Amino acid sequence: MVQLALPKNSRVGKGRHYPAPKGAKRVKTFRIYRYDPEGSDNPRWDTYDVDVGACGPMLLDVLIHIKNTVDPTLTFRRSCREGVCGSCAMNVGGRNTLACTCGWEDVPGGAIQVSPLPSQPVVKDLVPDLTLFYAQYASIEPWLHTETPQPQTEWKQSIEDRAKLDGLYECILCACCSTSCPSYWWNGEKYLGPATLLHAYRWLIDSRDEATGERLDALEDPFKLYRCHTIMNCAQVCPKGLNPAKAIAEVKKLMVERVV
Amino acid sequence: MTASSAGFRTPLSRARGLGSARHGVGHFIADRVTGLALIPLSIWAAYAGLKVAAGGYVVAVEWLARPLNAVLLGLFVVAGFVHLRLAIQVVIEDYIEGFVAKSAALIANYFVCVLGAALGVFAILKVALLGAF
Ligand code: SF4
Ligand code: SF4
Ligand code: FES
Repeated sequence: MVQLALPKNSRVGKGRHYPAPKGAKRVKTFRIYRYDPEGSDNPRWDTYDVDVGACGPMLLDVLIHIKNTVDPTLTFRRSCREGVCGSCAMNVGGRNTLACTCGWEDVPGGAIQVSPLPSQPVVKDLVPDLTLFYAQYASIEPWLHTETPQPQTEWKQSIEDRAKLDGLYECILCACCSTSCPSYWWNGEKYLGPATLLHAYRWLIDSRDEATGERLDALEDPFKLYRCHTIMNCAQVCPKGLNPAKAIAEVKKLMVERVV
Repeated sequence: MTASSAGFRTPLSRARGLGSARHGVGHFIADRVTGLALIPLSIWAAYAGLKVAAGGYVVAVEWLARPLNAVLLGLFVVAGFVHLRLAIQVVIEDYIEGFVAKSAALIANYFVCVLGAALGVFAILKVALLGAF
């Protein structure tokens, strides 16, 4: 059956408290998930009273501030700091988002709770292990499939056909959507999840691709595709404003179109 | 599957799993079509139920003896159980883990729904064709 309670060794305990420095004028409290799977301790919530007057407006600024001035052991992932690389995805105040584009002032409630993306193994602290997520993406063969000999110049595409890829190609594979999807929580090994299915659709409707049928074959599966129950969490959390649920509905439509 | 039971399989091998079952669209279409059929049928059944309930036993038997009523009620029962079976199947697939437990639940679901539909159709035919005893 589905596991509803956390196993004993992953129950999150109370951790350390780091008070704000003396003289701090604006203080905000952040409760941050800390875990080292290589150690023997359970995960814990560390509480940091942060002098937010001394750091930037985004949650990532706060994390960097903590790491630089309070607690250098805090581990998280980031690269671009402008919502392009997708590496800083985490759960902030109960919602998956990018730390670098999430203004902490916009997070409702008092203390802001920060934890890694749900339902994935934890590498350390706020860093989830997305190995399977990336492999699922690779499994849909996200590149152009053609048999017609390569043209002398480029594969041509009309302006209208190119426009069909808008709202899909912008995905940065941050995994906010997939890890917010209850179907992906329960059946993440077999269900491909919204991000991968959005990309699957991106290749299905690419007018230059010649493997539409094979792609549909590979997706027609009670688990790989049909675990999506249109719960819509994915569309709600996507930090790029994309709608994976709609893309999945379009894939299901293509499946029907092929048999009627 | 935990990291350890995944053993030395590569991530791509895990992601591909046993490959595509190449079915699912049939389930999807059957679900939508029975759902669609159930919209007018349920409205009709609710309306008829209220009317018949007000009239008592004899009125109910007479009502069911009319061919159109018997046929529509039969369709309502069959479409209802087919739709129910499909819906419960999805819930089982979502929440029950393990091949044996899942298969057992799927078979039980199938049996119960077919039994329900068969009993319903039999009861309708009995009253419609033989009247009340
Ligand atoms: S719409 Fe589908 S993919 Fe998106 S959260 Fe819901 S079940 Fe998951
Ligand atoms: S669809 Fe949105 S939330 Fe999902 S991986 Fe792509 S950018 Fe992230
Ligand atoms: S650091 Fe690149 S998306 Fe946040």
